[in-house]
Order: sequence, then structure tokens, then C-alpha cells
Amino acid sequence: MASTETTGTAGTTDRAADGAAPDGPARDGLGGLEAGLDALETSAADRTPLRRTLLDKVLPPVVAVAVVLLVWQALISLKVVDDPSKLPSPADVGDEFKDAWLEGKLLGYIWTSVSRGLLGFLFALAIGTPLGLLVARVRFVRAAIGPILSGLQSLPSVAWVPPAVIWLGLDNSMMYAVILLGAVPSIANGLVSGIDQVPPLFLRAGRTMGATGWRGAWHIVMPAALPGYLAGLKQGWAFSWRSLMAAEIIASSPDLGIGLGALLENGRNASSMSMVFEAIILILFVGIAIDLLIFSPLERRVLRSRGLLVKG
Amino acid sequence: MATTILKAEGAESVEYAARIEHVSKSFAGPAGQQLVLDDITLDVAPGEFVTLLGASGCGKSTLLNLVAGLDRPTAGGITTDGRPSLMFQEHALFPWLTAGKNIELALKLRGVPKNERRGRAEELLELVRLTGSHGKRVHELSGGMRQRVALARALAQDSRLLLMDEPFAALDAITRDVLHDELTRIWAETGVSVLFVTHNVREAVRLAQRVVLLSSRPGRVAREWRVDIPQPRRIEDAPVAELSLEITEVLRGEIRRHGQH
Repeated sequence: MASTETTGTAGTTDRAADGAAPDGPARDGLGGLEAGLDALETSAADRTPLRRTLLDKVLPPVVAVAVVLLVWQALISLKVVDDPSKLPSPADVGDEFKDAWLEGKLLGYIWTSVSRGLLGFLFALAIGTPLGLLVARVRFVRAAIGPILSGLQSLPSVAWVPPAVIWLGLDNSMMYAVILLGAVPSIANGLVSGIDQVPPLFLRAGRTMGATGWRGAWHIVMPAALPGYLAGLKQGWAFSWRSLMAAEIIASSPDLGIGLGALLENGRNASSMSMVFEAIILILFVGIAIDLLIFSPLERRVLRSRGLLVKG
Repeated sequence: MATTILKAEGAESVEYAARIEHVSKSFAGPAGQQLVLDDITLDVAPGEFVTLLGASGCGKSTLLNLVAGLDRPTAGGITTDGRPSLMFQEHALFPWLTAGKNIELALKLRGVPKNERRGRAEELLELVRLTGSHGKRVHELSGGMRQRVALARALAQDSRLLLMDEPFAALDAITRDVLHDELTRIWAETGVSVLFVTHNVREAVRLAQRVVLLSSRPGRVAREWRVDIPQPRRIEDAPVAELSLEITEVLRGEIRRHGQH
């Protein structure tokens, strides 16, 4: 049915061709009529060309960053802020990056934190997912811990750092504990709200098809709840990363290696504002990069395949 | 041809596709128990096309839910020849699956082996004249195409009885007209029994062999008409219009009773 792919004016001419088709042996009048209706009512989505994507998606943030750099440089050049211990120049911060790179330490800082963050996030995923399922499906569990789970989301995870240090000591397990306490509630809550928002019609349709119990959960409830779950994962990652940075800043020890949080703390102790800036920029950069590389594409793919994303 | 596969397998040992016997249903309402269906008795013969017609509040969708097994009657009994399939006013297709995969899921839940599913799904799509739409996403289809996929998915369950809950009510008139023709054709080709709920008198007469009129609050079987007009009918045909007029008069009489007290 080539005619379904056409749109606009091209569709009209194609439809005329369809109108002639009923004379053929394969298609009676009704089939031709239907093909015509189908062609009229569907419009094929065309892909956005690369140039357009670059112009719409890449250019604006690049301009924004350039403006920030310009204002920053202007503050220095026009001597609005004339104190390198308060505001280093972009070039100073750039040198800091260059030195760390040349010493071969830059990737080490990033990897120390990112590997911790991702591993902690995977733990949180493994705990938060069954927990969310339990809260969503078992009424008693929901009544018992549902409100606490939502409440935990608003508790800043920094609050968990002191007890975690006392319980687990200054090592990686304490970092993971803080990440878990920060991310598990988000992931579980995302899944719960995803499941709550599954349209009842889908459940009824599934039941008439024989998808009840576990088969219903697997074939209907889980896929239908996927967008909410993904939103929870995205937020869970943001919370993981934030918790980890808080933990790294507060609990520094030589055994822990230098991650981005420790780098920030070291900069403060050395009164090196350009090192502090370096650390902040790296923390921000990693947070954005993980979101852009993993979560956003995943979310976009799911939403687009369901027709929930008009353009993007 | 797809039809041979879709026909009910085995000998016709039962003389009905659905038997509804003295079924009543009440729900807890603000003023205590509210009777929605009152002593409904109705048989659907194998291969028969019956429409349930009624104004709002006649409980026709409730009755369909009972027959589908989604709810239990307060009194009386319902027996069906196997599990019926159900089609809704909204297409109820799963948006995370393609058109073809929606059909394949129904086949899978019915226990059709994996290597046969794809072929069967293609056959069913051909039956509803959507050949080549296997990989289409639900949102890429028009309203009429979605209902045809939903019909194919319902047929994939291979039930003896197809329940339809105002499946064309949300479509535009031209598309609805075409789908009437399609449903008549597919019903004739597959030999499936249909219990079709609607509030549209002409639609009821256009499609059915038998029209059952339900009264409202509570729903009771008010009257029945056998429709002997030969298929294919058109909704504009004079005999269809004539019988519709007669049924509409009775329906209006039923509705008027509610304004009198």
C-alpha cells in the first residue's frame, strides 16, 4: 500500500490512482474505498534533516555557554571583580584543566566518581525496582511504606553522610550507602506512579486476552508503566550523583582516592579557586553528559515509539 | 485463505455461543443497592449476529462486561462457548507494540507457538485489509485502521464469540460506514458469533440478524426484532430505514416513561 506513505498534495493524486484500482482483479470497491480513506487519514512522519537538528538543538546551548564565558571574561577584563582568589579568569581555570590533563590525572578524577556513581546507581536500580513493584501491587506494603518512600525523596541525602560514616567507616561502602538512600526512593516512586497511571482500559483489554497475574504484569503492566519508570530512573541518577558528591566532599580520606568531590574539597583547602571551579565544572559536565548519553535517548526512544513525542 | 483457520475448530457440540439466563446486576450506589440489569435472558446462537440496543443507563456495557467475564452477575448465570473476545469503543491497542505485535501478543497468550505467530498475524491483517501494516506503530494509524487492527487482535483470540462495545461510535460517519461493510464481510467469512452493543438504531439494523432492545434503569429486554433484510445491506436502504423508524418509536416510548414520574 504505497499510498499510505504519501502526504499532502501527493496523497490526493495517489488516491485518484486508488480510485481507478477497483477495476483490477485484486481489489473490489470496498477495498479501494478503504485504501483511499487510509491514505487520507494517515500522514507519514518525516525525519528531521541533520542540518536542522544542528541548528535547533546544538547551536542554542553553544551560544549560551559562549555568552557565559564572555560575561565571565568581561568581569575580569573590566576589573569588576579584581581578586583571583574569588574569581579566577577563564584562562586560569583552563590552565588547571590542562595541567590535570598533562599530569594524566583528569580522567582519573572523573573515573573515580563516575564508576562509583554508576555502580551505586545499579545497586539502587536492583533494590528500587522490586521495592516499587511491591509498593504498587501490595496494598499493605503501600499503606505501610508508601508515604515514607515519598517523604524520603525530599530528605537531602547529605543528611545520611554522618551516620553512614559512623556505621560503615570511611570507605567505598559508605559512599554506596549514601547513593542508595538517595536514589532508591526516586526509582521506586517512579515505578509506582508509572504503574498507577496505566490506563484501566489496557488492563481490561489484557484480561480479556488472558493476561492475568504474572502474565498480565509482564505483558501489560510493566511495558505500560515504562515511561514513568524511566522518569524515575532519570531522577534516580540525578539523586545518585548529588548524594555521591555530597559524600565525597564531606568524607575525604586518602584511602578513598580523589574523585570530583574530593577535588573540590582539596581546592578549597589549598585556597585555589581555579581548582574549585575546575571541580564544579567537571561535576556539572558529568551530570549533563550521563543524562544526554544514556537517559535522554532512552526516554526519547520510548516516548517516540508510542507517539507521545511530537517532535524531537 | 485466512477464513479456514479462523473458523471454530471441532464439531459444533453446543447450540449457543452465549447463554444469559435470568441475569441481574446491582451496584452499591448513593441510595443503597441500585439495580442496573433486571432478569435478562438472552441466547446468542453460533454464528449469529445480535445487537443490543438501548438508551444510556440501560446497562448494555455492564451486560457485555458480565459476558466477557470481567465482572460477576448478582443473580443468574452466564455460559459462553469458550472465552469471548472483546472490542471497545477505544481501540485499546498497546502503544508499545506495533500493529502486528499487538495481534501476535493475543496469539501468544492463547498459546500459539512462536514460529506460527508472524504468519497468522499477517493473515489477520490481510483479513482486515491492512496488508503490510505489521510494523506500523499504533499512533501512525488512523482511527479506522486502529479499530481494524483491534478487530484483527480480537479475532486472533479465536473465540467463538466476539463482544463489541460500541466499537465504531468514535469514528466519523464515512469510516463507520466502511467498517460496517467490513464487519459484515468478516463475520460472514469467519462464522464468528457477534454480540454488538450500540445506541445507534440504524447501525443496529444495518448489522444484525436480531436486534434486542433494552429498557433503561433497570435494563430489561423490552423487545426483539428479527431482521430479515438480506446482506449486504446499506444503512440508507429503505427497509433498513423503515425498521429503524419502527424501533426508534418503541425506544422513544421507553425513554418517555422515565420522564413521567
